[in-house]
Amino acid sequence: MALDKNGIAQRIAKEVKDGYYVNLGIGIPTLVANFVRDDIQVEFQSENGILGMGPFPFEGEEDADLINAGKQTITALPGASFFDSATSFGMIRGQHVDLTILGAMEVAENGDIANWKIPGKMVKGMGGAMDLVASAENIIVAMMHTNKAGESKLLKRCSLPLTGVGCVTKIVTNLAVIEVTDEGFKLLERAPGVSVEEIQQATEGKLIVEGEIPEMKLG
Amino acid sequence: MIIKTVDNVQEAVNGVKDGMTFMLGGFGLCGIPENAISELVRLNVKNLTCISNNAGVDDFGLGQLLHKKQIDKMVSSYVGENAIFEKQMLSGELDVELIPQGTLAARCQAAQQGFPAIYTPAGYGTEVAQGKETREFDGKMYVLEKAFKADFAFVKAWKGDKAGNLIFKGTARNFNPVMCGSATITVAEVEELVEPGELDPNQIHIPGIFVQRIFEGKNYEKRIEQRTVRQKA
Repeated sequence: MALDKNGIAQRIAKEVKDGYYVNLGIGIPTLVANFVRDDIQVEFQSENGILGMGPFPFEGEEDADLINAGKQTITALPGASFFDSATSFGMIRGQHVDLTILGAMEVAENGDIANWKIPGKMVKGMGGAMDLVASAENIIVAMMHTNKAGESKLLKRCSLPLTGVGCVTKIVTNLAVIEVTDEGFKLLERAPGVSVEEIQQATEGKLIVEGEIPEMKLG
Repeated sequence: MIIKTVDNVQEAVNGVKDGMTFMLGGFGLCGIPENAISELVRLNVKNLTCISNNAGVDDFGLGQLLHKKQIDKMVSSYVGENAIFEKQMLSGELDVELIPQGTLAARCQAAQQGFPAIYTPAGYGTEVAQGKETREFDGKMYVLEKAFKADFAFVKAWKGDKAGNLIFKGTARNFNPVMCGSATITVAEVEELVEPGELDPNQIHIPGIFVQRIFEGKNYEKRIEQRTVRQKA
């Protein structure tokens, strides 16, 4: 059975290692924080200017001066710090952030990503996405394998305007875990009950299948 | 000590004219210079270029200037929360330059610190880099981005002293510090203005040298864009 959004987030949470500073994008990536093991040390960065981001505040404790990059009210955990936007993107550009998790509209087999603009539709802007993908060494994309029309989002070449080139390292979808290699999309894991053939059919780009592909373990 | 105080917001924005370029601090509605924006609305200065990460919402923040069609051009990284903005952009009334958020901060900081331009990897290989100089350093490609030039920077801090020293609070800091000293005149509004010596020099985020005018703002609304809470267990 294909994963839902929480399932994707739960699988990605296993990529978050002890000692990591992690930037989470808006959407499915935000859910990842709910599934990270509590016996490891991790700090979440939000690019508007906080390290050590905590959960949403209790009702009545919201602070207008304390929000995340999605403009949601948040809390700061013990050990948190605040900083200006130049410092924030300095820690991103300077590769001090260990892992970036973000959503995408399309990913190409060479690691290109498109996630900010659909020609002919209202363009809201790229926010911090272009800085994140151009700088981070470890970029995981969280997305559905196909779009609402059923078309593959894992392509030979992106058709939409790019956010960054050759940057995505891993993709976790509702169907599979895929590594982006020099040769193409390498299938690492299948969602529980999903066959390699189903993943192949939903993948337009080159899918590399070597040996037996294990099912994902979420827990 | 050099005193930077002005009596009120009217004095603080003295000299603003049609056609000028302004920097405005804030991320979303967090840390925006509410008093200065209200005064710019009242003065009805027009044909403005505004450099600000976002464009406010329909009836608050920069949305108020957009509502009165005072802005000709916005330079921002994300503008998705504003229907007036969308309408003016689609009709061609409003010119919009979208740039990566880190590049926006870096171009402000370059102006503050005397760098004519900076190289950033952000946007390389995308339409953002079109027409710009690119260069390879150690096997990686970078885009040359120029420092901003602006007439006024309007910033908001939590506390300040009469010498213009500023302290910010929480994530309301965001773009405010990097816009200080990045324009010809920097106007800082603060929630609490104190005498010189009352702020611990060790705790100052922005030294007063980057600020030309400071005043204590009034009636801060500090609107929350996305109120999110969790339930007590």
